[in-house]
Amino acid sequence: MMSETIKRPKRKNPILKTRAPTLPPDRRSRIALGLVRGAALGNLELQCCAACAAVQYPPREACVRCLSAELEWTVMSGRGELVSETTLHHSQELFFRERMPWRLGLVRLAEGVSLVVHLDARCGPAPSPVIVEAVLDRAGQAALVAKPDGGNTALADEPKLRNFTSDPRFRKVLVTDAKSPVGQAVVKAVLEAGADLVWAGHCEPWKNPPGWPAIAELPKVTLVPLDVTDTKSVNELAAELGFKVDIVINTSEHHRTFGIFGRAGVETARAEMETNCFGLLRLAQAFGPVMQSRGADGETSAVAWVNLLSIYALSNFPQHATYSASMAAALSVAQALRAEMRTAGIRVVNIFPGPIDDEWNQLLLPPKLAPSAVARAIVGALKGSVEDVYPGDIAQDWLARFRDNPKALERELGR
Amino acid sequence: MANRIASYDGVAVAVPVTVPYERFSIRGAHWFIARALKALVDGAGISKDEIDGLCVGSFTLAPDSAVGLTQHLGLSPRWLDHVPMGGASGIVSLRRAARAVQAGDAEIVACIAGDTNHVDSFRLSTATFSMFAQDAVYPYGAGGPNTSFAFLTAYYMRTYGAKPADFGKLCVAQRSNALQFPHALFKKPLTLDEYLNARPVADPLRLFDCVMPCAGAEAFLVMSEDRARRLGLPHARLRGAIERHNAFPDDPVQHRGGWAMDRDRLYESAGVGPQDIDLLEAYDDYPVICVLQIEDLGFCGKGEGPDFIRRNTFEANGSFPFNTSGGQLSVGQAGAAGGTLGIVEALRQVTGQPLGAKVDNARHALVSGFGMINFDRGLCTGAAILAAT
Repeated sequence: MMSETIKRPKRKNPILKTRAPTLPPDRRSRIALGLVRGAALGNLELQCCAACAAVQYPPREACVRCLSAELEWTVMSGRGELVSETTLHHSQELFFRERMPWRLGLVRLAEGVSLVVHLDARCGPAPSPVIVEAVLDRAGQAALVAKPDGGNTALADEPKLRNFTSDPRFRKVLVTDAKSPVGQAVVKAVLEAGADLVWAGHCEPWKNPPGWPAIAELPKVTLVPLDVTDTKSVNELAAELGFKVDIVINTSEHHRTFGIFGRAGVETARAEMETNCFGLLRLAQAFGPVMQSRGADGETSAVAWVNLLSIYALSNFPQHATYSASMAAALSVAQALRAEMRTAGIRVVNIFPGPIDDEWNQLLLPPKLAPSAVARAIVGALKGSVEDVYPGDIAQDWLARFRDNPKALERELGR
Repeated sequence: MANRIASYDGVAVAVPVTVPYERFSIRGAHWFIARALKALVDGAGISKDEIDGLCVGSFTLAPDSAVGLTQHLGLSPRWLDHVPMGGASGIVSLRRAARAVQAGDAEIVACIAGDTNHVDSFRLSTATFSMFAQDAVYPYGAGGPNTSFAFLTAYYMRTYGAKPADFGKLCVAQRSNALQFPHALFKKPLTLDEYLNARPVADPLRLFDCVMPCAGAEAFLVMSEDRARRLGLPHARLRGAIERHNAFPDDPVQHRGGWAMDRDRLYESAGVGPQDIDLLEAYDDYPVICVLQIEDLGFCGKGEGPDFIRRNTFEANGSFPFNTSGGQLSVGQAGAAGGTLGIVEALRQVTGQPLGAKVDNARHALVSGFGMINFDRGLCTGAAILAAT
């Protein structure tokens, strides 16, 4: 059930100047950036001493109890007690001045450390039990949020904490390839999440895959021709509706299943690069700048850019060698896009699924991800506050192996 | 209790100096510190070459520290210190200077705290005040210490039953004291209604709970009593002094400070108790911290602050003379000088030379400092007892 707490924003007054985006302060010490590692995935990770098990916050260069330098970022339960609170009516920072009043809390975590947090309006007065989560603020930095322990605690349903999300509700979304199984599922999922309008990109008009006629007939869906391998096509669409797009979900991909020796020449690899890497680049150049200018355009500002990548972007899967390479290239472009979009408070979300249950993964053994699961992961990331998503068991497994020992994963994938 | 503190016998504190405060200044911190030094040597009737010790507290001296000041001001001290402890820097400077004089490391130490305040100084200093503030407080929209003191105040009110009017009574009394103090930036009376109806800043803090940053300097000299007599300077004796940093780190919310750890030692070394104190100059960037000092320095028990406030009056001629020049809340907070304002005022009172309201028969003054909101609480505490000769 969608919450009724967030009302449909009024139509924009066209006479008023579009506000320029402002960001929360983003300066952090390097050690404090450890928080963002967990927050990028939606995990609350704090430093835990490997020698004495003391948990500490704010991040330090040594264990506050035993001075050990062996500090491990460890996932916390988030359970704690709100011990004091305030509502700010004044701030030095433009981002918060534009959003006053702003509630902050002081939380004592079960692990025995005190945290300054953004405080959910639904939390009772101190003392009260809370759950602390790590989120990403509009500057892309990790921030801590305390929500009530129990009940509906969706970030997007709280008017202030909503700032940390990219909720599709009331927003206009471009799905770059809405024809593919994942694209169709994404269109349905964002509409279900309350999007006002979906532009459903499609190319190759002769193709009419199952499900597509039904997508085309959905209310709030507008079909738009879009071929991401064609600069003119991308630019024409951007000129037509780029100034209205709040969320881009780039589902375009080209996927073939060959190793290096399985094919002579580079045509397949080039086609994969054209769509997966250069397609992203074309879209970014055409839609990125105008989205940046709308980073603070009212409550339904431009807010997020989602890239459907692949877990193969982390480490090459030799059976799908050139596809992996194109996804690694796309990841690199996406990182640059993230840096540029961040200046406008627009979040770049990368989705790293394991094999999706589609025609090009036919010969891979299960588990494979249903297209609807990928769509759920995308919408979940938008409604929440994460920037990297590894949906499904395979992606989680590869991520764990990659983080543990990337050289081992390289050999495991090469078997 | 740990070992007894060696006495500060023979140490004199003299020549209280205030460089008049300005809300904003286009000058640098060096200007205010130089004016203070000039007033010190003029007041003592010595040449600046006779200053052989210098101790400085300042937030806005960067990129200089006390080191750069020696060349800037043409001093060749044989003892030099820079105390970056904000509201505790005055007390800590006094302690260190006193020991230097006792040890013969210096004969006349100038203790100066001064800061400038440009229009954007406060914002710039709060953004990077400390690593923890930069990493874990400022990104939350919290501008400076308001947020931490809001947490402390809300917690104290909830736990010990303090009411807004309790804090307001202190603020109103301090304003009354300030109206007689020529250097106070606040010149208008403050009523309790005005206090209670002021605009909210960070709940439960309202406008008059929050100190106003400004530019200015405070200073004094530390030397031997013998030297002070030969110079013919009215002076106070230092009877005892304590400091403590990061006290009670496991308290979920700060509701007591290092004074509670060290006050017995302070009174024992001074040979007096709370009942002998004629005036208290407490650090007062926010009123809740005044209440913590009143409690932790033994004027009443923990949690009895609200009742203590209701039972007493805090004007210079009241039952508990308190922040008798108006304190920072009514004079202004000239950066690190806020931690020396109380020492200078206490020195004036016990030497019978107040610029404003006078405390009758002021024999013993207790001065207290509190500094450096690093993350969720203030870390540095200190206190000293000055006695009339």
